[in-house]
Amino acid sequence: MKHYWWKILAMLLLLYSIVMGILGNVPALPIVHETIRNVYFHVPMWFSMFTLYFISVVYSIKYLSSNNPRHDLVAVESVNVGIIFCMLGLATGMIWANFTWGAPWPNDPKTNGSAIATLMYLAYLVLRNALEEEQKRGRISAIYNIFAFPIMIVLMYILPKNTDSLHPGAGGNSGFGDFDLDGSMKAVLYPAAVGWILVGIWLMSLRFRIRNLEYGRHQAEY
Amino acid sequence: MKKAILSILLVINGLICSFAQSNAGVEMASGLRSSGKIYVVVAVLVVLFIGIGIYLITIDRKISRLERQQKR
Repeated sequence: MKHYWWKILAMLLLLYSIVMGILGNVPALPIVHETIRNVYFHVPMWFSMFTLYFISVVYSIKYLSSNNPRHDLVAVESVNVGIIFCMLGLATGMIWANFTWGAPWPNDPKTNGSAIATLMYLAYLVLRNALEEEQKRGRISAIYNIFAFPIMIVLMYILPKNTDSLHPGAGGNSGFGDFDLDGSMKAVLYPAAVGWILVGIWLMSLRFRIRNLEYGRHQAEY
Repeated sequence: MKKAILSILLVINGLICSFAQSNAGVEMASGLRSSGKIYVVVAVLVVLFIGIGIYLITIDRKISRLERQQKR
């Protein structure tokens, strides 16, 4: 099998999710009505973001043990693409919230938590740019990243689960799984999530390869 | 007489209420989908997505070419 098979797979999964996401059967629920289909497009943004941040923390740990600057580059590019997915998730969530919860930003703990987590990762990028020396920058930002990841999980997943949240599946709310009795939503959501995660990794690998080219040229000049 | 009219009104009112309840199901866009026009939207989205996908692939190939050039 060719090495790019997973990119084709990502495209096919997302095509499937677009077609089935709009034409497939969904449970009829009050308030959300047809907007329940946003689950197929809004939620995978967050899955992709979690995956990219996880890749980033793995490569930060690898960098600390190997001192290979390429591992540091993977870590920073994963965060760069992760932030894009987070912004897309926030934007789509705000549109959805405006029509179902009545306001684009109803101070939901999960929404606030994700905003704080985004600021934390933006601080990671600012921290990197503030440090001149390559090794110092790599080490300090790797350690920051390792601390940021569990805090992000707590802010976006654990705390909202334990308090009252508008999001499904939090604070005793019923999740979408309770309404999706025949599993027709799961059959679209999971392929969509895998597809978006693969696209996120693809974008990250493109950015990493550009960064790597720049790094190689930089090394050749000296 | 008055009592009879009142009770009939009450029954009618009850019937209307019960009908209203049975009709107050969740409103879904089943009409939109069954009319067939939604396929147009699906087609547009598919075209958009394929376009972006092909663009991604060309960027990928361009970077591969640059990588090969740098190796030499």
